[in-house]
Amino acid sequence: MTGRRADDAYRATLIVAAAAVVLTLAGIALVVGRMAWPALLDGPWSFLVGRTWNPVTNTFGALPALYGTLLTSAVALAIAVPLSFGVALFLTEVAPRRLADAIAPLIDLLAAIPSVIYGLWGIFVLAPLMREHVGPVLKATLGWLPLFAGEPIGVGYLTAGVILAIMITPVITSVAREVLEAVPRTQREAAIGLGATPWEVVRGAVFPAARSGLVGAVVLGLGRALGETMAVTMVIGNRFDISASLFAPGYTLAAVIANEFSEAFSPEYLAALAGLGMVLLGTTLLLNAGARLLVARVRAGAA
Amino acid sequence: MTAGLRRRRWTNRLFLAACTATVAIVLLPLGAVLFTLVREGVSALGPAFFLNLPRPVGEPGGGVGHALVGTLILVAGALVMAAPVGILAGVFLASDRAPRAAAVVRLSADVLSGVPSIVVGIFAYAVLVVPLRQFSGLAGSLALAVLMLPTLTRTTEEVVRMVPWTLTEAAVALGAPRWRTMLRVVLPAAGRGVAAGVIVAVARGAGETAPLMFTAFGSQFWTLDPTGPMAALPLVIFNYAISPYDDWHAQAWAAALVLTALVLAGNLVSRAVIRRSAQ
Repeated sequence: MTGRRADDAYRATLIVAAAAVVLTLAGIALVVGRMAWPALLDGPWSFLVGRTWNPVTNTFGALPALYGTLLTSAVALAIAVPLSFGVALFLTEVAPRRLADAIAPLIDLLAAIPSVIYGLWGIFVLAPLMREHVGPVLKATLGWLPLFAGEPIGVGYLTAGVILAIMITPVITSVAREVLEAVPRTQREAAIGLGATPWEVVRGAVFPAARSGLVGAVVLGLGRALGETMAVTMVIGNRFDISASLFAPGYTLAAVIANEFSEAFSPEYLAALAGLGMVLLGTTLLLNAGARLLVARVRAGAA
Repeated sequence: MTAGLRRRRWTNRLFLAACTATVAIVLLPLGAVLFTLVREGVSALGPAFFLNLPRPVGEPGGGVGHALVGTLILVAGALVMAAPVGILAGVFLASDRAPRAAAVVRLSADVLSGVPSIVVGIFAYAVLVVPLRQFSGLAGSLALAVLMLPTLTRTTEEVVRMVPWTLTEAAVALGAPRWRTMLRVVLPAAGRGVAAGVIVAVARGAGETAPLMFTAFGSQFWTLDPTGPMAALPLVIFNYAISPYDDWHAQAWAAALVLTALVLAGNLVSRAVIRRSAQ
């Protein structure tokens, strides 16, 4: 009798713990949403597309930060996606098992280094490098594009994008690797049997089977890039501007929250910052849920 | 050899070369970051760095002892909050009861791990800082706990699943109740893996900065009271890094070296633990 009662209690404990995970997620959405409510109340539209951010006059327009978030993430994806896919292909299709097992943990270490460390490195190593070497070269060769107009000052969208690329590459790589490994061996063997070269195996047999999962990997990387805070805050330049040039300083949603939250002096100010957080949360929730479903589909198809 | 075959060969060589090159490019920043950390960080290390409080700029002998203690307390507090929930939720997921509910929990854990840490900071601020009317270590620990939770849940699920089903069957066949089977048979068998998950979660928590900025907030003094503002190593690195003083930059590098060493050591240890338990 006591045995059964103890088992019931055990089962209930497990259910409570599992429910707590779901409730934590729901709680975050509710709490942040409630805090942000006043900012979104008089027209979420004017909040999202407003270009002026002036706490003193209670004018809160999120557009410059929104723009900076999207632009830095786009730069990061442009750099990180080809690199991540290359590494994932190297680990699954090219390298011998032992070499892959030696390199994979190193890639994972890149993901383990804290954001603030990348920020520190960004300020003192990457930003000067961008200002003195990379920026001038880009300007000399591609300066006719509005993207590379103006003087590279070191901090700005481009530097932030490069740091983000370094940080999301291990994320995309590890998911892409998982997806590629889930493609059945028989697919590859069939292509090899037809005389395909390794590249033709990848293009003809592996990629088509893995496509939606690879999209999922990219989306997960994007979600990480959008919400990344410290490293970006330290190299983005912190200016409420919208510039076409990647050399210009700007702002991101997460960086505004990080810099201003503890100094917000009015309830409206706090609500506006929570509003930025809500935009960030809503976007990343959608992206993550979507990406997980895509990745799960590939893995289920393989099983 | 036909032209077609030659082209296919070259395309393939190009593919292999490109893949290999990406690995080199991606590992370059890892090497660069670690190299700079050691070069810039070692000089400021010493007993004073670990034991002392910060001193005014220009005065030698300042340290980050308060932040080391603060981070230790913050992470320990977070672990106390997150470990029981995360591990039990992982056991629930591995038990394969109620697969639909499990799918919801699993998706929640995955999505939770993608929530930006700064947003988790806003959550902890609203839940603990606003009602208590002051920044506190407690709020910082709550934020870190939320960030640790998905890691703990998913690693526990994974390692409990690796325990051979026959072990559970044997225990149940001997008449052991479910809870006892889990506590005395399955968890001990998965113990190393669970420990590895805890270490990874701790390493992740120790390096988190953004969610502490308006919860634990940071402090210049020895802080042992979790209901007040608390110092943390990542916050020191951030504040010193954006300061204009060379002294503080040197300290930021040293603190960064210490933090990175701790985090990477945690990751390596947990990897070794998992590998040994897999054998």
